[in-house]
Amino acid sequence: MGSYIQSTKAQQQEMLQKIGCKSIEELFSNVPSDVALTRPLNIPEGMSEVEVMQYMQDMADENTVFKTVLRGAGAYRHYIPAIVKSVVTKEEFVTAYTPYQAEMSQGILQSIFEYQTMICSLTGMDVSNASVYDGASAAAEAVAMCRERKRAKAFVSACSNPDVIETIKTYCSGNGMSVELIPEKDGVTDLEALKSMLCDDLACVYIAQPNYYGIFENLEEASEITHSIGAKLIAGCNPIALSIIKTPFEAGADIAVGEGQPLGMPLSFGGPYLGFMAATNAMMRKLPGRIVGETVDHDGRRAYVLTLQAREQHIRREKASSNICSNQAHCALTAAVYMSAMGADGMKEVATQSMSKAHYLKSKLESIGFESVYDKPFFHEFVTTGGKMGAKKALEALEKNGILGGLLLDDDKILWCATEVVTKKEIDKAVAVLEEVGK
Amino acid sequence: MNIPSELKFTRSHEWLKDLGNGTFEIGISDFAQHELGDLVFVNLPQEGDAITADEPFADVESVKAVSDIYSPVSATVTEINEEVLDAPESINSNAYEAWFVRVENVTETAELLSAEEYEAFLNEEA
Amino acid sequence: MKLIFERSVEGRNLTLLPKCDVETAALPEGLARTSALNLPEVGECDISRHYTELAKGAHGVNDGFYPLGSCTMKYNPKVNEQAAALPGFADIHPLQSVETVQGALKSLVLAEELFGEITGMDNVSFQPAAGAHGEFTGIMLIKAYHESRGDSKRTKIIVPDSAHGTNPASANMAGYTIVSIPSNEEGCVDLEKLKAAVGDDTAGLMLTNPNTVGVFDKNILEITKIVHDAGGLNYYDGANLNAVMGVARPGDMGFDVVHLNLHKTFSTPHGGGGPGSGAVGCKSILTPFLPLPRAIRNGDKYELLTKNETSFGRVKEFYGNYLVVIKALTYVLTLGAEGIREAAQIAVLNANYMMNGLKDAYEMAYPGFCMHEFVMTLEGMKKEYGVSAMDVAKSLIDHGIHPPTMYFPLIVHEALMIEPTETESKETLDEAIEALCAIASEAKSNPEAVISAPHTTPISRPDEVGAARNPKLRYEF
Repeated sequence: MGSYIQSTKAQQQEMLQKIGCKSIEELFSNVPSDVALTRPLNIPEGMSEVEVMQYMQDMADENTVFKTVLRGAGAYRHYIPAIVKSVVTKEEFVTAYTPYQAEMSQGILQSIFEYQTMICSLTGMDVSNASVYDGASAAAEAVAMCRERKRAKAFVSACSNPDVIETIKTYCSGNGMSVELIPEKDGVTDLEALKSMLCDDLACVYIAQPNYYGIFENLEEASEITHSIGAKLIAGCNPIALSIIKTPFEAGADIAVGEGQPLGMPLSFGGPYLGFMAATNAMMRKLPGRIVGETVDHDGRRAYVLTLQAREQHIRREKASSNICSNQAHCALTAAVYMSAMGADGMKEVATQSMSKAHYLKSKLESIGFESVYDKPFFHEFVTTGGKMGAKKALEALEKNGILGGLLLDDDKILWCATEVVTKKEIDKAVAVLEEVGK
Repeated sequence: MNIPSELKFTRSHEWLKDLGNGTFEIGISDFAQHELGDLVFVNLPQEGDAITADEPFADVESVKAVSDIYSPVSATVTEINEEVLDAPESINSNAYEAWFVRVENVTETAELLSAEEYEAFLNEEA
Repeated sequence: MKLIFERSVEGRNLTLLPKCDVETAALPEGLARTSALNLPEVGECDISRHYTELAKGAHGVNDGFYPLGSCTMKYNPKVNEQAAALPGFADIHPLQSVETVQGALKSLVLAEELFGEITGMDNVSFQPAAGAHGEFTGIMLIKAYHESRGDSKRTKIIVPDSAHGTNPASANMAGYTIVSIPSNEEGCVDLEKLKAAVGDDTAGLMLTNPNTVGVFDKNILEITKIVHDAGGLNYYDGANLNAVMGVARPGDMGFDVVHLNLHKTFSTPHGGGGPGSGAVGCKSILTPFLPLPRAIRNGDKYELLTKNETSFGRVKEFYGNYLVVIKALTYVLTLGAEGIREAAQIAVLNANYMMNGLKDAYEMAYPGFCMHEFVMTLEGMKKEYGVSAMDVAKSLIDHGIHPPTMYFPLIVHEALMIEPTETESKETLDEAIEALCAIASEAKSNPEAVISAPHTTPISRPDEVGAARNPKLRYEF
């Protein structure tokens, strides 16, 4: 069996003697006999490193790693530069705790400060926190931020990622806010419907840009409508798209949130990912979670600290509006290194290439009978019908050929995605496979 | 210890000042600001809010703590002091200038102490 | 240290992507970004050196002893990282068909079985991303349970005053009113106070056992029974499970729901503040309400349960911090039944050894044997020499040791909470004892030196008041 205990049996005896104890069991004398476990745990015996690695490898081998991925829907395969992997595996970053001790944590604190700055650049917003669990919980936390005494209602676009909608609903069922969906019309949020839904107790509106179907929303108009009755607009953003499209700040959003996974994190079967949150100055004190600020030390040198902590659970306890304690610091670091490696031009190139490949994929699919469902400008995702053979059969055919096709939506629809890592050759191959099956 | 004689005090260390015409100012005592340490933020109610005697109506933050501020009266808030919002350190530098809110329509009053009584209370507590 | 933005030189970059091999798509009119995108313009060598410098300004478990009470900073085994990096785990899409992710579903089912057995629970969800997220999930399970029975009068959650701040905050997020009950002089639950607090409005109790002062509450069965008899459920905060895993199980103590911190007890790294994993285990009465989707076994195949009317909902995208679960699973498989128990035993031995070594130099808040951690009170030292818990903690940094948890639990004044964990050697513990004793005598002979610590770090104590009064939260270009 494996073990990470370093003291030898002889040392353990010596330690017991020093304490004045005959056996280790004596130290557990407070555990009453009627709750103590009298049998060994019913789990397998331990393994050597070789055995455990083989075991895990075997399990990993039961999964299919697709060479070509044409599926997104909230998780995107982008290229991860070598420098990103090299930096984030540095053990000081990996094995450090939360930087509460500023004197010995300047490296972690500065990396978060740099991350916050980059998120502000990307979103155009004034302030960013040190990150939260993921895009869905970021959206839910943002909704909770907007709650005021007389405003406890949230409107969420039906064109949002379903996981985001469900997470918002869960958080709201806890804190007592009510959630209503703004209906979809032709693949985008129905803003006329939003107008008719407006009410005095509306706290906020959540709209994704681009939305779940990859389509660009009219965020500026949504902002005007939302602000007309004093509610807040939350924009759910794709961080890659942000490098080329109008920022949520320019569009009038009060809070920008999103899933940061595309910024250098592997698909990882859904996690760990990164929830980013940024807001206007006016909302700063309502931002949940950790925030790093710049200050000086007693000798006047520049220094970084966790700040505005009085908002947080460890001080405010039951009066805190969020219980969040950790952030995804290591994922935030990953995102910061990714953005540094890409730079502004690289980020724009990733965005443009992803968008271009998706447009190419769509035109090729259309040419073999996969009809576009919504005829609207889109980023790197779009919806088609299932073509001649039907969506299910089409996706199965691709899967057999080592291609992860789009995601099957209801009613024989497919949500496709392409990123910069997909080559023209791969797209042509996928289309050829579909054409063959459709014959 | 600075305890102005024209003010009334609570046992939870707030002060109440009569401005005449039924208007009152509320703040925290010099003793309170000293105990709380360097204040970094203040949460105030909004104009028009009703506040209740002996119940929290605001809170103040230091770096490592949050403390409720209790109202000496039941009344309606007519004005909040933007200055303490912008510069909470003004409470530390002059607790009796740095009022939190002005109120009207006082319908109920908590048990209030005169300056001498408050001083005696502080000595007792020490 | 320069910020990465201060290393930026216009026109410098990396060459990463090939030329686009399809026609370039254009954004629709009026949608293009007009504001500048300020990101650093740096080369790969700049990045490498910048982050190497930042890494030198960080302190991890790999850099030295980390006796942070309540945080279980044990060694993070490297084989866990290696397993989680396998492409078969790291490069699979969360929405692949179940046929193509049988291994992933199997790992989740296996982890559910193992962690269920360790905690004495029937089912486990890995969706929560951290301990606090797990607490929220657990309390939502309790809420869903009462609501399913039409029992709407239960609006209160009881939390001892020694609890972690997340407990009351989590219960509040779930819409509950918090009833705080004072601890007795041993730091344990005061049975009379608990009896007085429960009633037909009690939804549940949140408890850490061993508690936050490092004592196992020997009345635990009576405590959980009092709550059950009142119709409430018992929530186990798994922050301190490292003391008792393999020795006693929350499920046998009368708890109905538990969260685990895989990043504490099960050795996954903290990453500078996350990602963690807050797996939630529950008894079968709560299983119908668990978040979805859940991996389940069906014969020799694995499936995803995606629909269930009774589930309270979802707390996160997909299935949680999956790779963290893989790391924890690797750890449990490595240690096995005996190793798990031994880890708890040595964690407790190490804590008692340190406590014993420090009892002459420091006042223990709760003398006697401790579990995996203990709390010292420096109230006397502060009164006599003006040296606070913070000062001693900062002074430890000069000895290359990360400070213990300070000023927690709130019920102990000038508290320092020490948790050595099982992975530290006797030599490391001896060095730490020696360092702490040296600081205690310096506090008497030369208090000024302790008060002004640390002296060996890149910065001295930062101005936290200034940081909070005038927040500067990003670099200005």
